[in-house]
Amino acid sequence: MSDDIILETRDLTKHYGGVHALEGANFTLRKGEHVAIMGDNGAGKSTFVRQITGVEQRTRGEIFFEGKPVHFAGPLDAREAGIETVFQTLALADDLDVPDNIFLGREMTRWDWLGPFRLLNYKGMRDATLAGLEKTAVKIPNINNAIRNMSGGQRQCVAIARTASFHSRLTIMDEPTAALGVQETAQVENIVRTLKEVGEPLILISHNMRQVFDLVDRIVVFRRGRICANLKKEETDGQDVVAYITGAKTQPEYAETAA
Amino acid sequence: MAGGAHGTGGLTFDKSKRAWPNELNILFALILIVAIFEGLGQVLPYMRQQSFLFDSNGRFDSIFNEARLRIIILQVSIIGIIALGVTQVIITAGIDLSSGSVVGATAMIAMSFAQTSLVNGHPNPKAIFGEWAMDLPVLIPVLVGLGCGLIAGFINGALIAYTRIPPFIATLGMMVSARGVAKWWSRGNPISFPTEDFAWIGSGMMPVIWFMMLAVLFHFIMRYTVYGKHTYAIGSNQDAARMSGINVDRHRILVYSIAGILASFAAIILSSKNLTAQSGMGIMYELDAIAMAVIGGVSLTGGRGSIIGTVLGALIFGVIISGFTYLRLDAFYQEMVKGGIIVAAVVLDQWRQRRAGSKG
Repeated sequence: MSDDIILETRDLTKHYGGVHALEGANFTLRKGEHVAIMGDNGAGKSTFVRQITGVEQRTRGEIFFEGKPVHFAGPLDAREAGIETVFQTLALADDLDVPDNIFLGREMTRWDWLGPFRLLNYKGMRDATLAGLEKTAVKIPNINNAIRNMSGGQRQCVAIARTASFHSRLTIMDEPTAALGVQETAQVENIVRTLKEVGEPLILISHNMRQVFDLVDRIVVFRRGRICANLKKEETDGQDVVAYITGAKTQPEYAETAA
Repeated sequence: MAGGAHGTGGLTFDKSKRAWPNELNILFALILIVAIFEGLGQVLPYMRQQSFLFDSNGRFDSIFNEARLRIIILQVSIIGIIALGVTQVIITAGIDLSSGSVVGATAMIAMSFAQTSLVNGHPNPKAIFGEWAMDLPVLIPVLVGLGCGLIAGFINGALIAYTRIPPFIATLGMMVSARGVAKWWSRGNPISFPTEDFAWIGSGMMPVIWFMMLAVLFHFIMRYTVYGKHTYAIGSNQDAARMSGINVDRHRILVYSIAGILASFAAIILSSKNLTAQSGMGIMYELDAIAMAVIGGVSLTGGRGSIIGTVLGALIFGVIISGFTYLRLDAFYQEMVKGGIIVAAVVLDQWRQRRAGSKG
């Protein structure tokens, strides 16, 4: 295996009872590469992400992260390994404010010998939040406002700022702009470009063809739980991708499995 | 917005922009209720202008009617301690119906290890065990009692976390079972005559001191520790908490265990104060504790509320009971109104939340 492969999955499979949500996915991601995952609803995109991030346990298959086989027991494991994820369901606690949410599950603390009762370092988290959001240029009127009182776009920005605030080795975004307005979408796309500049690899799940062609290097298409195409951006176009998504076309090397 | 965008894209931290804390509303409600009782005392003809709050005996060394204030806080202290635990449970979007029965069981078990061997020179007539369980150091009945609460709370939490049954059902089961334990422990007989040391725990104003100390401690814990933050996070969005890597199951067990320990500590104080333990102790306490939390602004859907709110809720509770006695109204009316106030508190809270929601 070559050194510059960040993430590789072999025969990654997930069954929910009798439903084969994901079947035999072989996927690779290289250093600094931005890859889009496209496909219809129910094609297995989110399922694929949930296996990688340890939110669910796979039925079969192997995952290699930075060359080593990994078995994440939960999302925190994946996160500690350096995989940051923006989930479709946002995963924000509505009654907490921005720093609380950004640091949820990995709070800056003092007096760690107190175990679960260790003290929160509010000031440290606030400063880090302001610094982290500065580079993303996100507009939030007051970071001490509860998430409940924010607009959909602001919430999404908080969720993305959470991943951007930590030096991750792999960022995964599951439809980050689906619910956003034009301006907010532009903000999110700027964050993605920033990640590209600093060489952080990204997996982007999106339905937005324009956005995908703007942002990524490669497009992987899922259909009915299987990968059916792996396309370089330069060698394809929107119509071509749609043909793969709808099933009008299948790449020869996937013809057997994705029939 | 002057200077609103200092290089952070309009992102600011502004202390003055903090939301109006709900606790202030509850404080105003408390003051309003006191004022209503005071006003009724002045207006109602049969009251002969006695004062609810102020001293009416013409003593020059006191402004307030201290005896009444003491009773108000004393009578809510023990259930208030339970409410501190119930508050944490409700913030995780759970409920604990077992606390009243845990009080009964703990009181019986703890008292049976706190008995003194000689009462006025005669052997203890209520002895439940032999000499070996008499005159033990006070730490033993206390630890045994707290252990009872820990076990009950742990079972509650483990049932909820691992069998995925709703907290309502798990703690309802514990409510019935723990009451059974309370009756079985001495076959229904009361257990009395504790050692002097044990009797000290709940003597005089000690329940108030314990309540205040625990309230400060848990206010601090809920506000400034990871435990508190995760408790709010779980009640706010359990999936988010799980995805953020919080061990939700383990945390819930911890929260229910703490609630159990607090209930059992309330039982120790109660049995010490009464110098006896009976299997019927603590009946309906769970509902009073829940009511205190709810009046204090703790949201039953989880994620919102505070220890300060619950303490204020407990005071409102005490003021209402005391106020009805002061107006010489029968206890039936107290209960009727208490029920109404609980419902009104929830309605007001939801109305306030809706308004806040539509504004954002």
